[in-house]
Amino acid sequence: MIAETGLAALWLAAGLAGLQFVLMIASLRSGAEVRGAMRSIAIVQGALTLLAFAMLLLVFARSDMSVALVFENSNSAKPFIYKLAGTWGNHEGSMLMWVTILAVAGAFVAILAHRTSERTLTAALGAQAVLALGFYAFLLFASNPFARLWPAPEDGRGLNPLLQDPGLAFHPPTLYLGYVGLSVAFSFAVGALLTGEVDSRLARAMRPWVLGAWILLTLGITAGSYWAYYELGWGGYWFWDPVENASLMPWLAATALLHSINVLAARGALKAWTMMLAVIAFSMSMVGTFLVRSGILTSVHAFAIDPQRGTFLLALLAIYVGAAFTLFALRAPSLKEGAPFELVSRESGLVINNLILSVILGVVFVGTLYPLFVEALSGEKLSVGAPYFDAVAGPLALLLAVLVGAGPLIAWRRERRPVFKQLAIPALLGATALAITIILWPEMRILPRLGFLIAAYLAAASILPLVGRNPLRAPLATWGMVVAHFGIAVALVGMAANAAFTSERLVVDKPGEILSVGPWAVTLASVTPTAGKNYTAIEAELRAARGNDLITLSPETRYYSDPPTETNESAIRTFWNGQLYTVVGKQDVSGAWQLRLWWKPFVTLIWAGGALIAIGGALALLGRFWRPLRRRMISARERRSRRYA
Amino acid sequence: MSRAVRFAPLALLLAIIAALVWRLATPTDTNVHSTLEGKPVPAFDLPAIIPGKPALSSAHLATGQPHLVNVFASWCVPCITEVKVLQALKQRGVHVDGIAVRDRTADLADFLARNGDPYERIGSDAQSQVQISLGSSGVPESFVVDGKGVIRYQQIGPIEASDIPTILSQLGRAR
Repeated sequence: MIAETGLAALWLAAGLAGLQFVLMIASLRSGAEVRGAMRSIAIVQGALTLLAFAMLLLVFARSDMSVALVFENSNSAKPFIYKLAGTWGNHEGSMLMWVTILAVAGAFVAILAHRTSERTLTAALGAQAVLALGFYAFLLFASNPFARLWPAPEDGRGLNPLLQDPGLAFHPPTLYLGYVGLSVAFSFAVGALLTGEVDSRLARAMRPWVLGAWILLTLGITAGSYWAYYELGWGGYWFWDPVENASLMPWLAATALLHSINVLAARGALKAWTMMLAVIAFSMSMVGTFLVRSGILTSVHAFAIDPQRGTFLLALLAIYVGAAFTLFALRAPSLKEGAPFELVSRESGLVINNLILSVILGVVFVGTLYPLFVEALSGEKLSVGAPYFDAVAGPLALLLAVLVGAGPLIAWRRERRPVFKQLAIPALLGATALAITIILWPEMRILPRLGFLIAAYLAAASILPLVGRNPLRAPLATWGMVVAHFGIAVALVGMAANAAFTSERLVVDKPGEILSVGPWAVTLASVTPTAGKNYTAIEAELRAARGNDLITLSPETRYYSDPPTETNESAIRTFWNGQLYTVVGKQDVSGAWQLRLWWKPFVTLIWAGGALIAIGGALALLGRFWRPLRRRMISARERRSRRYA
Repeated sequence: MSRAVRFAPLALLLAIIAALVWRLATPTDTNVHSTLEGKPVPAFDLPAIIPGKPALSSAHLATGQPHLVNVFASWCVPCITEVKVLQALKQRGVHVDGIAVRDRTADLADFLARNGDPYERIGSDAQSQVQISLGSSGVPESFVVDGKGVIRYQQIGPIEASDIPTILSQLGRAR
């Protein structure tokens, strides 16, 4: 009954979404007052989808093998947390999670939005419902998560062991919340293009959604990067894998949108551009989902390959993005540009920021899809590897980091003061960092060297907006910006240090031999077979010594039985100045073991920087809610005191 | 904003969608093909490693019959599961030969006794030289070689039960 309840809830939700579409058309054509009905239906639709998702969680929690999806992706011997995570560790479940977030986001727009005009809100809710409708159809006709098996099998096939990791419990949900959060920006943009009301009120209504989605994408990408780092056992933090790029592209678009939307909110300018970006940001989320789910690209993230599903997703993508772009082409001329600005102004700075981010987005987009097109045209298989991305996106990102230091110091509309004077101290710090790297490490390559230079400069420049004022009185949004920009500098140090100072040893080693990696002397003490709950493993014991530090690490190679897979569990020890990263591989004929050892100075700063960037976003978001809340609290207090006076 | 600029995103989108549709419509080959396919097996002559089991040289592969040459080792865990699939292929009349990489007689005899022995011939590649000349990067890997000693197909990783039809059709084509 549980699975059937879920399926019924999905059908009902799809019906309601269809009704919302009809209401939107009626409202746009005849100006009918439907906002009350629209809001209520949006809320009920969200609740029904949430119910369907809860039902799927329940069948996974109970290991109900009569549901095909559970049979294929779960196993009763699996730890409970991974049974739950199995819900979204597969195609159907993750698509249901996607549409759930889409519908629940629509419900929250209906509950919370009070800043936009009612006409635009109605149109936006209608657009959101149309988005959901396509994905309901996809679920109900092409990927039903609730399909039954008869007779019910004894036990399930299990979940890909690479995914049996605490990271999976929150990495995909975080990314999905981010992807789909951008759908609200898309719907608002479509709604506003339909009604022609593109103004600063709209920007303020969109901003918290963009900011929220961007924070989650930042966290999702940072967590995913760390997951790949320790789980895949390759010691790298970013592989330019198509699936990684699929999450990076919406993030780049959202980052650009986040900045341009401030121009629209504050100055009423960049209207057409901001609407375009809002459409592109969510389109990139859909492109990402399409690339991942259709299996059109080969990737370390092996997902089921199904051309029929790919075609369905591609059709949805073509319809939604095509409709939005057509709407844009028709309505863009009617948008009146807002207040003009001069060449040297905050607005121009943000335009340059947007241009660079868009170019990086283009570079990643082309690099990700290029192999597809080459294969289609010439039949030749090729892969665009890290060297292309590093060589093209790297310098652009560094250029952007230089400008990030200057942008926030420039005034809106026009800047009369010479901003460069303020940057004297940061520039001096950068030059000092450069001098130090030249003196101490003359062999260092150019990109890490530039990385250190720019990181030192940016770390100092990013805090300038707080200098010369009482930091405690500065708005939370300013704090958020400062923290996020400082986070870029922190991550940059981590990346530069990783590129410049990593020591690596790949050896075949017998127990008792001593190896040195960086400042460490590592001994292979023993190798023993062990068994876990649903796997057997070879566990190595490594003793590592540095000065007075003496530690033991236990990397493993695991063999999972359902489904049969081998994984490397790296053992990592974190110190204030770096990480010791160890992996044990196979045994060779002579009885020696393959060992991979890395000493990675300051590598953790990469993810610390990512976390800081997300925290900065969270502070800014908090600021958007905190100020009106405080104002309301103050006025309530005043009313009360008036009443008692 | 000029008309061309306004419609540019739409035009670009349509072009990309068209390309993706084309890509989805054309059947894909998920195997990465070896550059050695279509080329003769490099000349080699490997000694026997198991008493009573004949040795393997490149001359043994050009006998007019297609062969499946399996690069394996007793110390390779996936090879254990693969041997059972090779047994099934042998029962269907496939000539299976082995190249044992960096192996020892006692270990290999033990491996075959425990997991089954589908091999007609096994050559001992003690220094991985033949493995490298075949362009094989690891164990297990298998090559379909036709009756003239030309490599027709390379399978990277273990042959699983689901690969049997592919292997059989490749052997049929090599006939």
